[in-house]
Amino acid sequence: MHIIGKGIMRKDSLEKVTGHAKYTADFESKKMLYGRLVTSPHAHANIKQIDTSSAEKINGIRAIITGENLPLTGEEMKDRYPIAKERVRYYGEVVAVVVADTPFQAMQAAEAIKVNYEFLPVVNSPSEALKADAPLLHPDLENYEKINMVYPVPGTNIASKTKIRKGNLEKGWQESEVIVEEAFAFRPSDHAAMETRAVFAQIHPDGMIELTASSQAPFMIKRLIADYFNVELGRIIVNTPLVGGAFGGKASVQLELLAYLATKAVNGRLVKIVNEREEDMVTSPGHIGLEAQVKLGCTKEGILKAAEILFLWDGGAYSDKAIDLSRAGAVDCTGPYHIDNIWCDSLCMYTNHPFPAPFRGFSHSEVHFAFERTMDVLAQKLNMDPLELRARNAILPGHTTPTQVVLNSSTVGNLPECIRKLKMLLNWEEGQVIDVGPNKVRAKGVSCVWKTSTIDPDASSGVILTFNKDGSINLISGVVEIGTATKTVLAQILAEKLKMDINEIHVQMGVNTQSTPEHWKTVASRGTFMAGRAVLTAAEDVIKQLKSLASFLLRASTEDLEVGYGKVYVREEPKQYIPIKEIAYGYSFPEGLSIGGQMIGRGTYILRGMTHLDKETGAGRPGPEWTVGAEGVEIELNTRDYTYRVLKAVAVIDVGKVLNEKTALGQVKGSMSMGLSFAARETFRFDREGRVLNPQLRTYRPLRFGEHPKYEAAFVETPHLDAPYGARGVGEHALIGMPAALGNSLSTALSVKINYLPMIPEVLWKMKERGK
Amino acid sequence: MLAFNLEYYKPKTIEEAVECFFLLKKENKRAIYYSGGTEILTLGRLNLLQMDAVIDIKSISECLEFNFEHNQLIAGAALSLTYIEERNYFPLLSTVAKEVADHTARNKITLGGNVCGQIFYREAVLPFLLCDSNVVIAGEGGKETASIHQIFNGAFQLEEGQFLIQLLTDQEYITMPFASLKKRQQWETGYPLITVSSIKVDNRLRFAFSGLCSFPFRSTEMEDALNQANKSLHIRIQQAIDHIPAQVLDDIEGSREYRLFVLRNTLEEIITELEGEG
Amino acid sequence: MTEKIAIPLNVNGEIREVVIRPADTLLDVLRNELSLTGAKPGCLNGDCGACSVIVGGTVYKSCIMLAVEAIDSKITTIEGLKNSPIQEAFIKHFAFQCGYCTPGFIINIQALLEKHSNPTYETIKEWLSSNICRCTSYEEIEGAVFSVVEKSSDE
Ligand code: FES
Ligand code: FES
Repeated sequence: MHIIGKGIMRKDSLEKVTGHAKYTADFESKKMLYGRLVTSPHAHANIKQIDTSSAEKINGIRAIITGENLPLTGEEMKDRYPIAKERVRYYGEVVAVVVADTPFQAMQAAEAIKVNYEFLPVVNSPSEALKADAPLLHPDLENYEKINMVYPVPGTNIASKTKIRKGNLEKGWQESEVIVEEAFAFRPSDHAAMETRAVFAQIHPDGMIELTASSQAPFMIKRLIADYFNVELGRIIVNTPLVGGAFGGKASVQLELLAYLATKAVNGRLVKIVNEREEDMVTSPGHIGLEAQVKLGCTKEGILKAAEILFLWDGGAYSDKAIDLSRAGAVDCTGPYHIDNIWCDSLCMYTNHPFPAPFRGFSHSEVHFAFERTMDVLAQKLNMDPLELRARNAILPGHTTPTQVVLNSSTVGNLPECIRKLKMLLNWEEGQVIDVGPNKVRAKGVSCVWKTSTIDPDASSGVILTFNKDGSINLISGVVEIGTATKTVLAQILAEKLKMDINEIHVQMGVNTQSTPEHWKTVASRGTFMAGRAVLTAAEDVIKQLKSLASFLLRASTEDLEVGYGKVYVREEPKQYIPIKEIAYGYSFPEGLSIGGQMIGRGTYILRGMTHLDKETGAGRPGPEWTVGAEGVEIELNTRDYTYRVLKAVAVIDVGKVLNEKTALGQVKGSMSMGLSFAARETFRFDREGRVLNPQLRTYRPLRFGEHPKYEAAFVETPHLDAPYGARGVGEHALIGMPAALGNSLSTALSVKINYLPMIPEVLWKMKERGK
Repeated sequence: MLAFNLEYYKPKTIEEAVECFFLLKKENKRAIYYSGGTEILTLGRLNLLQMDAVIDIKSISECLEFNFEHNQLIAGAALSLTYIEERNYFPLLSTVAKEVADHTARNKITLGGNVCGQIFYREAVLPFLLCDSNVVIAGEGGKETASIHQIFNGAFQLEEGQFLIQLLTDQEYITMPFASLKKRQQWETGYPLITVSSIKVDNRLRFAFSGLCSFPFRSTEMEDALNQANKSLHIRIQQAIDHIPAQVLDDIEGSREYRLFVLRNTLEEIITELEGEG
Repeated sequence: MTEKIAIPLNVNGEIREVVIRPADTLLDVLRNELSLTGAKPGCLNGDCGACSVIVGGTVYKSCIMLAVEAIDSKITTIEGLKNSPIQEAFIKHFAFQCGYCTPGFIINIQALLEKHSNPTYETIKEWLSSNICRCTSYEEIEGAVFSVVEKSSDE
């Protein structure tokens, strides 16, 4: 392989280090109007009156939009007005949008709008939501329009219930000699991508609706606008330039709907809306919270026999992606183990909290925190090495998943090998807790991980290759460049396949849904897999076209030809060749006659064999393959004041095949960083009235330079046969195990159960003091 | 972006600045003295602070002074915190300043802005409380100097049109042994749970606190308790806690009980360090 | 004076006349009046460092600075930096992913290196903890900085 696996320089490098890379908010035009949101300062209230009279008097105000006459929206169940109507259900919910000539005027007008609220009792957690006397947040639940696999319970705050029933739980308990049960909880938090969401939209005189959005899902924006507002699909164009970090948060469609409504309100004029940080954190969807109970049973030898799991997701005020998140959590509810008897209820609960978008790992770091912490509790009760317990139960080819998919060596990676490597990298043999002197201990904690990508069964990805006259190729794919370098990796895949110089492949960084073939959504670490397959198909298409034209010019049959190194040549007689640049744009004979024309390659890929899950048992095939891994952290803890540092974080992931070493490492390390930040510091802080008290980066604090540990990443390569070069998803898996591994290290060091996030010293102190 | 318009003035002298303030007042305009301006701009963006004009004091030479004169350190209100750290004329002040916000922000945040700010930590005031510093203030009646204890009570009690020019500190205090610890909710970023600063004067420890209550303070009662040489450390600290002058904060940075736990540890660390120093 | 005013700004070696509100932040003016969009809005609250620029040799967060405060100083934005060693090091060390924080980091590091040609880890940490990167693990950025420091101390 000449280019796969290497740390090839990113295609977006120069733009990004010179400040010339353009993100949505960087585009300005003299014609632009500016939208500004008015949001609710209350988590639950009736809107009695909205007084816009003084706002209307401000110069330059072009429109003020409130929540009348708007359709209900929601990706899986339509339960949300894009602008609140009659009632607000979370702190930060949009109650009006102002459009003005300048951002300043828009801001002034937004300040001038007075809204009269009547407070309603607040549902401040999913367990509160489940109580029989809890205020009902969606009395209309039974009438909401919904898709497959959404199972609301009308008359309650349960937006959807997913059930997993595998084997016979009773039998499992009978076979169990050791049983443990633990409870876990954490609040919603945020992605805090550095670029806040931004969008601008206009409606052209011919009726074409054009949006430019900072999004992971431009094609979904197009589909949903068409669906919600009853517009022809072909009349919507969505552009997405470079995106400044997304982490799942930009896979939801929310601000875009407001931009569409705004431009519509001003006769199609161009309107731009950029989230302030505060809005980006609470108004736009964030990271889901969870309360969980896990009960595990095993034999004396530590062979797992039964798992009984209850998830209460903090689905926030509206279900949008929360239902999908609660389903994905159920699908991999146990962690990467073979367990015959599983019972899981995963309830997506309505609360008066900001509603969630996907978050890197799609529910997996959340459920793994609960499950993998319980595994450690079980190991302790068994008096067994926690890695040994995990190794004994590791999921293997031939085993079945909670949704009863039978795995093979392609559809699941090699967990035992990951565990073995982790042991080495963590220096596990030296012991889990080491006393290092007055009031200081070092401790290690581990977690195994797995994840499949629960994506729509009909998700597809397309690629177009066009030739330039000099033989270089333009690669056009609907994958959004959110920072993962996927487009660079696609260029590598193409360069490898065509045996050409990667510098002669030009990738189109932006997406335009009209001229770029669709890629479902840039989520779930599926970009490389799906678009990579499409690249390979498109490359085959190009090769076929090159050979057929060359065959005629070289007077050799196509089977005897090869493509590579900028030429089409005769396999046995490489000196007999024609340069690609002479035929890529058609071939001209000396006398001027020409044939061919610009060569265009195309490829599409659609996932294979995915099915819906059964309502009663959850049985079904939710994703193409399971990536597995084993992770660990090492901390140094001060046992007197409960402060600690993370010294080292390790991830061993079975990635199938490393395509670009540097970007793969970057993804793994970046994931670990985000996972630790989530585990150790990030959470929304709610007051009793459900208001978010820290919607700023000053009080909501992602990890900073210097607070980071040393990272180590290692890869196992068990190919996934369906994927380009066998590569599995890698963009999020290293995040998944971090909360549990950190929790396990702290719990071990303190001999107390740390089952809450974020694990700040105060939480450790509280748990320890309580035990005293 | 601010949701309102502003007039901007940058006077060169103290007199001009004060005059400017009162001229604006006559026009019914509310002016604010502007030094680093970081807080004015952040609170202004959220409409938590409104004004019609700002009077930038960064061109007033007295506000930029940082030197020793007559055995006193003069520290101008418009000095940036990083400048103060780099010169390091006042090691305790450097230590406290270094923990405020972050380095780039401290290039802009000034001494005067920090100690006069609305955000109630005002940590840079702690060293001056400990050193019985004097404060130079300008106002309608001209310049006046007063003890910080007269004029700072949780916040600077300035009259309309007055602003802080300088803080004056006796050189002898500057060389005294000191310790200062900032404890945060987690790791090294963010507001304090508590900041405790201490200096040792004639074998007696002085203490000043930020983040413990909703204002920074120095408490003689707490100092008395903490200096009882004949009692155990544990009792000294407990009695000091009994004399905390106001409600201990209970907020998103940490609960009241936890703050007290952290306070105990921090006092222990500081006392052990400073009493160990003979 | 609440109306707009015309002021000259010395940006990246050019004197540019801009018409602004005195309340406008330097970030707003750079981006909206001068189309220098390299400095990014990340929080407008002085918390993230994405908007960092160098003014008179010192690095500032341009969201918490009024444009009028920069009148007499030389302003350097990321667009004014060409082929600097730290830019090259960022590419080589994959010190960015989405790139949104990158201009702020590079400007801050540039200011750091202009002041300390051979900074200690503690100094690097003190300076760079002013910026947030949500994508990388910071190790990549650390690697990029050290590669430049080592090179310059070899010379
Ligand atoms: S935008 Fe200026 S610090 Fe975040
Ligand atoms: S590269 Fe995305 S925030 Fe730093």
